[in-house]
Amino acid sequence: MYGGGYIFEEPNRVQQREEQLHDDPEKLAAFEMRIANGEKIEPGDWMPAEYRRQLIRLIEQHAHSEVIGALPEGTWITRAPGFKRKLALIAKVQDEIGHGQLLYNAAETLGKSREAMINDLLSGKSKYSNVFNYPAETWADVTVIGFLIDAAAIVNQVANAKGSYGPYCRALERICYEESFHLKQGHDAFIELATGTPGQKAMLQDALNRWWQPIMHFFGPPDKVSGHSEKLMQWKVKMASNDDMRNQFLEAYVPKIRELGLTLPDPLLNKNEETGRWEYSDPDWDLFFEVIKGNGPCNKERLDVRKWAEEHGRWIRKALMKEGTFEKKAMPVA
Amino acid sequence: MLLNQLIKELITKMGDDELIIGHRNSEWTGLGPIMEEDIAFSSMAQDKIGHSWALYRILHEELGGEDPDQFAFMRSEKEFKCCHLTEMPIGSYDFSLMRHFLFDHAETVRYNSMLQSSFLPLQQLARKVRGELKYHTLHADAWIIQLCRAGEESYLKMQTALDNCFQLACGIFEAGPDDKLLADEKVYPGEEALYGQWIENIYPVLVKASLNVPERKEPVYGGRYGKHTAYLQPLLNEMGEVFRLNPEATW
Repeated sequence: MYGGGYIFEEPNRVQQREEQLHDDPEKLAAFEMRIANGEKIEPGDWMPAEYRRQLIRLIEQHAHSEVIGALPEGTWITRAPGFKRKLALIAKVQDEIGHGQLLYNAAETLGKSREAMINDLLSGKSKYSNVFNYPAETWADVTVIGFLIDAAAIVNQVANAKGSYGPYCRALERICYEESFHLKQGHDAFIELATGTPGQKAMLQDALNRWWQPIMHFFGPPDKVSGHSEKLMQWKVKMASNDDMRNQFLEAYVPKIRELGLTLPDPLLNKNEETGRWEYSDPDWDLFFEVIKGNGPCNKERLDVRKWAEEHGRWIRKALMKEGTFEKKAMPVA
Repeated sequence: MLLNQLIKELITKMGDDELIIGHRNSEWTGLGPIMEEDIAFSSMAQDKIGHSWALYRILHEELGGEDPDQFAFMRSEKEFKCCHLTEMPIGSYDFSLMRHFLFDHAETVRYNSMLQSSFLPLQQLARKVRGELKYHTLHADAWIIQLCRAGEESYLKMQTALDNCFQLACGIFEAGPDDKLLADEKVYPGEEALYGQWIENIYPVLVKASLNVPERKEPVYGGRYGKHTAYLQPLLNEMGEVFRLNPEATW
């Protein structure tokens, strides 16, 4: 589903910067010229070490976000009310795992294997979108995720699809296409509750109140404190600033939410007609960084599920790698 | 029992099998041993749940049954007619894979037998479902053979899974109240005939995988008459948790 807007920093950045100094200046200039001309960079092309590193980090975090993002909604597949919702939810969660697969493949073209990425996820070295460290407490939470988190992710992904790295852009194009279906389903389920019985509406309002802060966190810290993006924007790794994406999201979705008679838990949330930009209370950024560190309500639970899957699947992966046992035809995926 | 009632019973047990095994398969979403298997199990779960919806719609539209959502989400445990194989928890992947293999071959035999059914809605559904099932059994066969040829550890796991699943799987073919009448009326050939065809179909795959096929000694019956394992009620509670908050509302 979702590449959260924020690319988390890793600790060894200083050392990597040193390496970057050794990039051949002529090659670097030619590379930057290609990007300025709107060309796509492909896997075999020369690229600065820092560009490669940042892209791996970005795509890997996006892939992990898809795989971990399948979990909060996945737990509701068995409880979804009615055939229509049940089938739509399985299909959606399945798509998310599929997006993870596409993205791991895209990241692998930069030289890091899927196994290495998954190991880094499980060890906590590699991050994923914070928003998935919150629980989906009721069915209404599933509809809020399906509508608003997907919508936020689309804002981010549509921007990134115009980036400079070919394999990532192509994966994102396909992902955005599927996401637009998810958004429709999420919107439909959200409206059903918003226009339903008083009980359904109250359930939805509660969920919206719970999710508003994680949604405001979704695009990352404000531009004034999120300093490292200039080079990334020049290289078209990062395509829009956190504040711009957040503003774009608020512009498109706050009116839709309010039209349905729902409220948002921020008295300052308002569009400034003079500047044309949305104003809001600062969400708790200390909490945001605490959740990144692993102290959110569900960090442990999410990773424990992935660890279970890794441990219980080990014998199967081992058996698959066994040489000479495969039949010649390819393994069908149902 | 009247023919219509027998057809209702037949479609109910088929739909319940599909719904419950679909529910179980969907529990693998996010937990699969590799991402490709996660996707495969989710995809098959969707198909199974889709088949149960189609079967309940036949009951509703052709045989005066309830609305499919009410039928699926509101019935009591005793009213369910699924076999015990489908009710068992997912366990580990070897168990779920073996169940998938045995169940999907049984399903294929069943729908194939209905391609000429005198009850037209079943005949039409069988034609549609057949294409999907081909991929389900291809998937199951390929994995069983691969895992059985990849060394002792995985081979032993698969043999144990087969031993654990086999009597339960034989329970799929528990005779209905009057299979002879359904066969005479050419609705379908009856459970014993399906069992024979099923053994004939799975045998070559199991031989290829060097697995020893157990004998049908104590098939696990009861599900078709509303007697279930302790695992079904909690599953139904979970499935209906949201729907039952307000069964009259639309969700």
